[in-house]
Amino acid sequence: MTTKNENTLLEIEHLQKKYEDAEVLKDISFKVDIGEVTVVIGPSGSGKSTLLRCINGLEDIQSGRIILDGKSITDGKTKWSLVRQKIGMVFQSYDLFPNMTVLENVLLGPTKVQKRTRQEATASAEQKLLRVGLLEKRDAYPRQLSGGQKQRVAIVRALMMEPEVMLFDEVTAALDPEMVREVLDVILELARGGMTMVIVTHEMQFAQAIADRIIFIDGGEIIETGSPEEFFTQPKTERAQKFLNMFTFE
Amino acid sequence: MQDLGIKVLFEGSNFARLLSGLWVTLEISLASVAFSLVLGVLLGMVMTLRNPITKVLTKIFLEFNRLMPQLVSLFLVYFGLTTAFGIDLSGQTSAIIVFSLWGTAEMGDLVRSALISIPKHQYDSSAALGLTKLQAYSYVIIPQTLRRLTPPAINLTTRMIKTTSLVVLIGVVEVLKVGQQIIEANRYTAPDAALWIYGVIFFLYFIVCYPISKLAGRLEKQWRN
Repeated sequence: MTTKNENTLLEIEHLQKKYEDAEVLKDISFKVDIGEVTVVIGPSGSGKSTLLRCINGLEDIQSGRIILDGKSITDGKTKWSLVRQKIGMVFQSYDLFPNMTVLENVLLGPTKVQKRTRQEATASAEQKLLRVGLLEKRDAYPRQLSGGQKQRVAIVRALMMEPEVMLFDEVTAALDPEMVREVLDVILELARGGMTMVIVTHEMQFAQAIADRIIFIDGGEIIETGSPEEFFTQPKTERAQKFLNMFTFE
Repeated sequence: MQDLGIKVLFEGSNFARLLSGLWVTLEISLASVAFSLVLGVLLGMVMTLRNPITKVLTKIFLEFNRLMPQLVSLFLVYFGLTTAFGIDLSGQTSAIIVFSLWGTAEMGDLVRSALISIPKHQYDSSAALGLTKLQAYSYVIIPQTLRRLTPPAINLTTRMIKTTSLVVLIGVVEVLKVGQQIIEANRYTAPDAALWIYGVIFFLYFIVCYPISKLAGRLEKQWRN
């Protein structure tokens, strides 16, 4: 089954996710175009992270479809090892491999999964580490890095697979405030470079700055979607208004 | 009088006999440790399965081997099997069987706890990179498990070496037994030999175990993250 719009990279259709009897995601549908930055926001426990985890198969889904490049990746025959090379994901808790140096962390995927040569992958890694300002840390171990540095390495590690889309799951939520900016700057830089992204975040100003489209989720449902200008200045629904009010002091 | 006891040690081939006794101790220990490491890793992996049957069975095996005093197990295998089933095992073989079972249980539990101590996120982020299960285990999970496992496994090894002294009681002539023989043989000429001989045996155990336990401490420090 192919999609009509050639620009569509990722399509979520009527996705439903349950844990036991609890319905975590109800009938979620949206599309992500090539180069588009979609930011998913909503209260804690609304299902945002679960949604991202479903997109790269870390969670199974109960019904609905996820379509990447016009091909369903939820028909049960998916080779996730292949699909995940196209979908990069960065987690809240960075999750670098503590037994490897920075360089080994970012080379693992390209050399073992994609079977690229170490020489070529290293050149690419060095270039990417330079771009996030961490080339001099290439031989450091994760425990020697700050939270913000670890998260930037985690982003490079995901980028090394040359993914078509990047998923960011509250990547600044575990960071000290002074380190948030350095990570968000890297993501902004990626957006300017045309990377397709789905971002879950609690940083509202960042969302406003980076998003092409905002998706507001509450209670496992999409309550509202819109451009950041619309959403942040004139939210259509009461639930979105209430949610946004939590971030302002009067 | 003071130095009479130590003289006994150098009479005839006494010291060489002690050393050969020590070698018997080490043979039993090393064989048991080797079996325990290999079987314990397998047991530990089985123990992390979610299957309720393997859970119960491994739990019973673990508790049985832990709660049963090693001496009772030795008697059970050495005397019990012979009289009940006519299986004639040498003391040394019985000892290796008993210590391997005990070591496997202990090691299994160490492996299990090392495996479950790896955060779930490590599995997730390996998967998210496109690593297959096998690749994730080879490059990410097992190397981290080994680091957590090595210090306690080394401690278990020293515990097993020390516990082998029990095999005296099923007639295996190891270092302690040789010591007793030397003391007995010199009862009249050197009545205070016991202090010296047992002192030397203590020292021999120390020489064997200390470097091993030192190694554990060092690895622990080096791998702390």
